[in-house]
Amino acid sequence: MTLDLALFLLLALIAIASALGMLLSKNAVYSALYLVLNFVTVAVFYLLLGAPFIAMAQITVYAGAIMVLFLFVIMLLGTDELPKSQVLPWQRPLAIVLSVLLAAEATFLLVTKARPAGNVLQPDESVNTMENLRQLGMLLFTDYLLPFEVVSILLLVAMVGAIILTKKEKGAR
Amino acid sequence: MITDWTLWLEWFVKALVWIFALLGGFAYLTYYERRALARIQTRVGPNRAGPFGLLQPIADAVKLIFKEELSPAKAYKFVFFLAPILTLVPSIIIAAVIPLGRSINVFGREINLYLANINVGVLYFMSIAAIAVYGIVLAGWASNSKYAMLGGLRSTAQMISYELSLGLSLIPVILLGNSMSMVDIVEKQSDIWFVFIQPVGAFIFWIATLAEVNRAPFDMPEAEQELTAGYHSEYSGMKFALFFMAEYQKMIVICAVMAVFFFGGYLGPGVDQYPLLGPVYMFIKIFLLLFAMIWVRATWPRFRYDRLMSFGWKVLLPLSLAIVFITATGILLADQTGNAMWMWSIPVASVIAGLIPVVTIYQALRRLSYERA
Repeated sequence: MTLDLALFLLLALIAIASALGMLLSKNAVYSALYLVLNFVTVAVFYLLLGAPFIAMAQITVYAGAIMVLFLFVIMLLGTDELPKSQVLPWQRPLAIVLSVLLAAEATFLLVTKARPAGNVLQPDESVNTMENLRQLGMLLFTDYLLPFEVVSILLLVAMVGAIILTKKEKGAR
Repeated sequence: MITDWTLWLEWFVKALVWIFALLGGFAYLTYYERRALARIQTRVGPNRAGPFGLLQPIADAVKLIFKEELSPAKAYKFVFFLAPILTLVPSIIIAAVIPLGRSINVFGREINLYLANINVGVLYFMSIAAIAVYGIVLAGWASNSKYAMLGGLRSTAQMISYELSLGLSLIPVILLGNSMSMVDIVEKQSDIWFVFIQPVGAFIFWIATLAEVNRAPFDMPEAEQELTAGYHSEYSGMKFALFFMAEYQKMIVICAVMAVFFFGGYLGPGVDQYPLLGPVYMFIKIFLLLFAMIWVRATWPRFRYDRLMSFGWKVLLPLSLAIVFITATGILLADQTGNAMWMWSIPVASVIAGLIPVVTIYQALRRLSYERA
């Protein structure tokens, strides 16, 4: 298991570094690229956990489709270099207070509730066969039908909203 | 963990074979394309270097290597350097999941004629195709030039739009193959190739991949008249050669994938007795499909950009949704009634569905031409 651990640590390092790079980089395109790297690293995490389907879906959807659209918008609007954003006066103190609270809570829970995690259950072979994909589909369309449909309606609403916002009205300039 | 070093060696050798095949394939595909285009246009084509001009690709390679490399003063240097690599790598790694045959016996050792038979092969192909956009987008952006930028933006929009149809046209294949593994999909076609069951799906896949690899008539990102050379305007020397290489290698792997999904992959008469025939059949199928790509380039004028987008969104996307529905219904009917003849409802219904947009577009174009006259 030491190899897995080494891989995990290396990947975690890359993930954190790329997330930091995304936040700190001045250029929006570089930020987007760091985020892509982060998504790909997460996909490799899934591979490490023995879930190739989710890994590939992660790359296709996030690294592929969504981030390409992000890059597209950044390039189209030409906002490569971020302007100095206006800082709201109360924003920083509030952010500091909230993050300290979060850190304190996390530490408290970690100290009081943490148990040795033990061995993570290794998924058995059937998980990654077509049978499992079929099970996933069955679950989506039976037990989780309502959330699934709600999500698709949400996406549809967003799409219709975007079209209405950008559509020119007849005669209006 | 895999400790068997011979397995590592096997993988290494197979990967090396693929890479060399793609490199050699790239070089001779340029020759093939130039000769075939010349034939179609009643010219001769390259015929000076070596017998029949067969040494032409080598001469071209030498020329490209010795060209001066320029990089624009205001380019984003690192990304400018990264972009050609990001374009080339996806075109090579797609090859990892393409099966070339079953397995052969070499020195008493079973060797599978594929690099990886992963159970999400189709999805792997899709995700690599999705990643492949980056190289072109970044090349356009990093060059810091208007033409390159416009070319990059065009190709992004185009690839995103056609990726949807590409993904949807693969769903019938997954349904019919009942698996996402490329080897399983090929084995399922031992009775009948999927192109006969889902011809419209194969057609949509073909169009969408032409758009994905930016081939004519969808080579808008590099339309000379409008954008000089599009996203690779500012590239020269070996960096340009990498883009060039990526385009042709993508053509090869896309044709290989098409052969696997719709044309029975390595299957053919006699492949059961002689597994070595598998790669031969693959080669023949790839060769013919490549000819079709060149043929399309020789005969079709370039689309206008707005028409390209509306064709992708208003025609291909609904049609591919329709064929997913038709295929699923056909398989369900065949399952429920136990009568395999229902499978034939799939091609019939798909072709009817496919004819609707064809007839509509034809009539619209006729009306337009009457109005102009």
